[in-house]
Amino acid sequence: METYTNNGIQVEVNAEGYLKDMKQWTPELAREMAREENIELTDKHFEVLNWLRTKQQEGVPLSIRKVGNSGLVDIKQFYQLFPGGPLKISSKLAGIPKPASCI
Amino acid sequence: MQDVLEKPTTKAADVKVDKNKGKVKKVLIICSKGKLEDVYAALVMANGALMEGIQAKMFFTFFGLEAITKKHADHLHTATVGNPAFMPGMPTVVAGLPGFEAFASYMMKKEMDKLDIPHVTEFIQMIDAGGGEIYACKLAADMFHLKKEDFLDEVKDIITVGDMYTLAEGEGTQIIFI
Repeated sequence: METYTNNGIQVEVNAEGYLKDMKQWTPELAREMAREENIELTDKHFEVLNWLRTKQQEGVPLSIRKVGNSGLVDIKQFYQLFPGGPLKISSKLAGIPKPASCI
Repeated sequence: MQDVLEKPTTKAADVKVDKNKGKVKKVLIICSKGKLEDVYAALVMANGALMEGIQAKMFFTFFGLEAITKKHADHLHTATVGNPAFMPGMPTVVAGLPGFEAFASYMMKKEMDKLDIPHVTEFIQMIDAGGGEIYACKLAADMFHLKKEDFLDEVKDIITVGDMYTLAEGEGTQIIFI
């Protein structure tokens, strides 16, 4: 079990590195988690992360296609922002559960 | 509509991670069939690989070539005859009536739209945007008199079977044949 310390609070993640409690998410925590993925988060990254968090809270099933249609980034840019599995990694950094999406 | 959209589970299963196991690094997906469901199986697997950070190459051959032609990519049909899993109990004579296959394909595509599954051309664009590579088989293209300009823009090249195996080079590659 991996844990992060965020503003002095212990933050627990599951075996795949996803936050156990979404409410513990902060931008600083996202930056720290991103460094482990070798990603330095920019404003564009945060736009995507915030969009994912909003949609997840609205109960929308997330997919790469939906991100591509979000108007924030196209699919190519999404892959460039989060190389090596964009939806998986961005969801992890957004502090939301791993999306059960096949598309 | 809303009801249908809410049905899919949004929670991913807990997957056991074993870091000692050899990972799949690349998939080469060969699509030799032109039926809607076979083509989608190939596209979903290729796109799914890219989503997981796995490289994906696609090789379309024989009737699979239909799926990457500008003319037919978005007009694929499902087979209603010779397909026992399609509406079990449906007599073959009925399934073979003119227009039945088109109707069944239309219904299937409607269901796919509800699940937010893209059309073939958009799916291919998604795979291309994700770094996947799409190739056509030279032998089959020659046989069906298809040229580079007949294929979708995302199709990188028309290649031989030998070139196809070169695409699969490297440790951790899996070849999937449909």
